[in-house]
Amino acid sequence: MKNNNLLSVQGLNVNFNSHKIVDNVSFDVIRDSTLAIIGPNGAGKTVLFRAILGLIPYKGKVTWAPDAKIGYVPQKLFVAKDFPLTVSEFLHFKEKDHKIIHEILNSVGFKDVAASHIHNDVRVLKTKLGALSGGELQRVLIAYALLGKPNVLLFDEPTSGVDVSAEETIYSLIDKLKAEKDLTIIFISHELQVVYKYADSVLCLNKEKICFGPPREVVDKESLTKLYGEDVSLYQHHEH
Amino acid sequence: MGRMLVCINIMNTDFIFLILTGALAGAASGYLGSYMVLKRMSLVGDALSHVALPGMAIALTFSVNPILGALVALFIAILGIWYLEEKSEIYPEALVGIFFTASLAIGILITPEPELLEALFGEIEKVTRTDGILIIAASALIFFVTRAISQKLTVGIISEDLAKSGGINVSKINLTYLLLVGLVIALGVKFLGTLLMGALVIVPAAAAKNISRSIGGFQRLAALAGFASTGLGIILAKMLGFPSGPTVVLVAVLLFIVSYLFKERAY
Repeated sequence: MKNNNLLSVQGLNVNFNSHKIVDNVSFDVIRDSTLAIIGPNGAGKTVLFRAILGLIPYKGKVTWAPDAKIGYVPQKLFVAKDFPLTVSEFLHFKEKDHKIIHEILNSVGFKDVAASHIHNDVRVLKTKLGALSGGELQRVLIAYALLGKPNVLLFDEPTSGVDVSAEETIYSLIDKLKAEKDLTIIFISHELQVVYKYADSVLCLNKEKICFGPPREVVDKESLTKLYGEDVSLYQHHEH
Repeated sequence: MGRMLVCINIMNTDFIFLILTGALAGAASGYLGSYMVLKRMSLVGDALSHVALPGMAIALTFSVNPILGALVALFIAILGIWYLEEKSEIYPEALVGIFFTASLAIGILITPEPELLEALFGEIEKVTRTDGILIIAASALIFFVTRAISQKLTVGIISEDLAKSGGINVSKINLTYLLLVGLVIALGVKFLGTLLMGALVIVPAAAAKNISRSIGGFQRLAALAGFASTGLGIILAKMLGFPSGPTVVLVAVLLFIVSYLFKERAY
């Protein structure tokens, strides 16, 4: 593995009951860069994530840099509304220092309640995990991942279950975090616009690797057609 | 007045020791049960105690302490449940149900006739000093170990991927937890019997969940509900001349109904 690589994946294959889900995929992730993984539903994006995290069996080689410390933000959490666990308790699983939790919550966009409040605390701490909105839960999960002081963050489709305006802020948040904390970021998305805006490189996945490289160089009509079929207009990039 | 006299009459030291050990086992099962409810394994927990019967029967036949027999049978069943939980995508609940019922049926056939009623419904008069000390030691162990694995267990319930990616060995934590459940059921079978002991794992925890917002509060309330239902149940059973098992379970169910009425306010 090259020195400036944080992750190197070679010939990754994942099968479920003799179905090929990920077929011979290779790519490298350079330290402090942002990699987007795109592809249609069922392309194996989440499976690829779970494989490189070591959560499922795979064939091939996945090599993390020895100092890689991974923070993982899963796609969805199904926390029942009546699951008795507050955000405060959840975050305290990872960090005992209340001040650090407070700072992290601030950095993922939770604002303090009015300064006149005695404890000057963030309201969300007392909320049950299951009672959060999609966007709030996503931020809390990012906070949870950040509390482990990772140098690489894996986001699985941060947009799912989040409304459009919140989605925009989640991505700008990821970008802000990256600037602040020297993070390598790997995220799954199906929004091409987001990829152009935030990613240094892109991996187009549809079971096998369709393209890999800087988005403006490797994402073209041909790769999009391979990725999404003939009806690619939906995914076409509009310059702002 | 007459009832007061009965009440004073029954309060000798032996009986107080019984109430306390019973309540302690109740607290331990309530505490452990809180995770069983969160894991959505209530029905499994409820019926798990049936498995103890054949173990007790074999122990009785060989004049061994039936708690020991129950423990061995429960541990074998726990290993099976854990294996299914780990290896199968869909929890084979029908299979588990059939296995539990079969254990009960076999247990009823092989339990010596004079001990059958006691094994099914519990008989606190038969709880010895040795049992009591065993219960105290095991309850302490249960509280200690459960507390130590509690955070990992909770993250594992929320999301196995999240737990595993954070370096938590979910499978080991689950096995440890389930073995503790087996232990607590074995402790309680003398009080409540194999038919009803599982209820003490589930009902106090379900009652506590109705009115809990936080995991810490939930666990404390579940332990308290287990303690109260067992303690009160044993006293009531003695006063009214009822068998202890059903009385304890009904007190727990009463607590559940009361907590259910307050449920909406917890949101």
